[in-house]
Amino acid sequence: MKKILTTTVPAALIALGLAGAASAEIKIGASVSATGPAAFLGDPEAKTLEMLVEELNAKGGINGEQVELVLYDDGGDANKARTFATRLIEDDEVQAIIGGTTTGTSMSILAVAEDAEIPFISLAGAIDIIQPVKPFTFKTPHTDRMACQKIFEDMQKNGIQKIGMISGTDGFGASMQAQCKDVVGEYGIEIAADETYDPRDADMTAQLTKIRNTEGVQAVLNPGFGQGPSIVTRNYRQLGIELPLYQSHGVASDGFIELAGQQAAEGVRLPGTALLVADLLAEDDPQKPVVTAYKTAFEAKFKEPVGTFGGYAHDGFALLVDAVTRAGSAEPAAIRDALEQTSGLAGTTGIYTMSAEDHLGLDLSAFRMLEVKDGSWSIVE
Amino acid sequence: MSELLQFLFSGLTVGAVYALVALGFTIIYNASDVVNFAQGEFVMLGGMITWFAHAAGLPLPLAALIAIVATAALGVAINKLAIEPARGAPVVSLIIITIGASVFLQGAAQLVFDKQIHSFPAFSGDTPLRIGGATIQPQSLWVIGGALLVFVGLWLFFTRTLLGRAVLATSNNRLAAQLVGINTNFVMTLSFALSAGIGALAGVLATPITLTAYNVGIGFALKGFAGAMLGGMGNPKGALAGGFLIGLIEALTAGYLSSTYKEAAAFVVILLVLFFMPQGLFGRKSTERV
Repeated sequence: MKKILTTTVPAALIALGLAGAASAEIKIGASVSATGPAAFLGDPEAKTLEMLVEELNAKGGINGEQVELVLYDDGGDANKARTFATRLIEDDEVQAIIGGTTTGTSMSILAVAEDAEIPFISLAGAIDIIQPVKPFTFKTPHTDRMACQKIFEDMQKNGIQKIGMISGTDGFGASMQAQCKDVVGEYGIEIAADETYDPRDADMTAQLTKIRNTEGVQAVLNPGFGQGPSIVTRNYRQLGIELPLYQSHGVASDGFIELAGQQAAEGVRLPGTALLVADLLAEDDPQKPVVTAYKTAFEAKFKEPVGTFGGYAHDGFALLVDAVTRAGSAEPAAIRDALEQTSGLAGTTGIYTMSAEDHLGLDLSAFRMLEVKDGSWSIVE
Repeated sequence: MSELLQFLFSGLTVGAVYALVALGFTIIYNASDVVNFAQGEFVMLGGMITWFAHAAGLPLPLAALIAIVATAALGVAINKLAIEPARGAPVVSLIIITIGASVFLQGAAQLVFDKQIHSFPAFSGDTPLRIGGATIQPQSLWVIGGALLVFVGLWLFFTRTLLGRAVLATSNNRLAAQLVGINTNFVMTLSFALSAGIGALAGVLATPITLTAYNVGIGFALKGFAGAMLGGMGNPKGALAGGFLIGLIEALTAGYLSSTYKEAAAFVVILLVLFFMPQGLFGRKSTERV
């Protein structure tokens, strides 16, 4: 990764030199967790950003100006993220920052970015990042609260009133568990059993047996990411539980079906993004061209399937390019104002329409309820 | 009744994984008093190399064999390159070196392989076995069987073979062992190879259940270490009992109390045991005899 960076930077500089000194370069900073515990999120994000910058420059950049990406790997460490954010602003003098793979790293970057009045687009899930609204902070992933709402909406449609929850104790699982419990009342659904597991656990049959034996449970919801949900899904089938199983957007990837096993994953529902079902989207779906282009380019370049998280980075970059183009200037304040006026921008995650009160710009329609059918994702109508 | 049985099965599955990891700690500890914190990485390598070789098209048994041999070779390399040059350093320094080795192996694995989660097919299919209203995955039986087999092998090795006794003698007094003609360098090399091999075997057997990634080593090492401490560091019997005990306590707590307390319950038991029996359940009488 570092190698690509050192080769693209001189290449960009040479290109700049040839183009003449007249076109000032646009500098974008990024700090993502390409290594460390969040590496499987940050790694595709870093790859996505590098790929998109390369593509953009090959096409002539933004408003005729080349874009330079300064990319750091914070390893999922919030302190490092803060240091890198400071370095990006003071030494590299970037005009905007994309990054913050985890909620922790995002929170420390946003503090620095707000102080320096540099626009920051976060790639992490927590609602605290944009609520209350901070003038220079935006984010691309939908919140876990929205995932809960989407799931409960689907449950409500199917007449489910009493559910069991089994959540991972990692940051993602714990946060979504809390959000779901907070919002569940609005849907007239009761959480009758509330169990947890450690993300490193090898077997969850004990917790699932307990949920199964809880009277009246009609469905089970599993907020979590990493290997936990795959093991939960396997154990669920092992115990022969016939109730509907809902997973979170944290495992919305083809890898989940593979790890849980095609048989065990059959029938699992989760709120996912258009990226997962690119082929199934209607021809007139506004997201179809964006999603297909990203998927094709990423998979051809890196020989690995695209995922929701790389998609967040794609959308962050698309928002920024759109804002700079509309602003016609790369001044941080102008970018910020343009970002806030983003309207109807189709990304891989959803269609973004920002406002002064909403720095996420997505609603529940960004999520599509997906179900595993015959070993692949399908859209639930 | 079927509920209790299901909790027991869950506990045995998890416990067998802990026990296998705990068993890996015993040999190096017996040879040198060093708690090898890279043991979890051996487990990770067992799983990751098997996945990698299997994904490259090799049949699973061959991939597993390659993983075990390659990890054992890595264990030897760590001993030769990191532990042996520091010979004579206090045990604490050596333990710190193993932590360094663990960080190095994890970093190398993330570069050589990738950062995604992987698995490979279970050895005897995924159809759960139904016993008395409860279910267990066939792979769990492989892990339980593996743990028992390694235990018997180690027990025979330490009590019935000259080499095993040489390992114990080296741990007890390296100089005296050398004086009676034991090649202590070879004993150390052998113990690293065996420990790494057992660790890799644990990874091979457990991966279809636990899944694997470059960073799973620490979790394994922590639980295995806890199991080994509970049973008595260095004693194969203790490692086996300690591992299973922690698994069972966790499962029963999760089943009857609340899953929120399951880790806490296991560690409270460990604390209590170590408070009253500082040597762990089975002490290490085998070497104190000399």
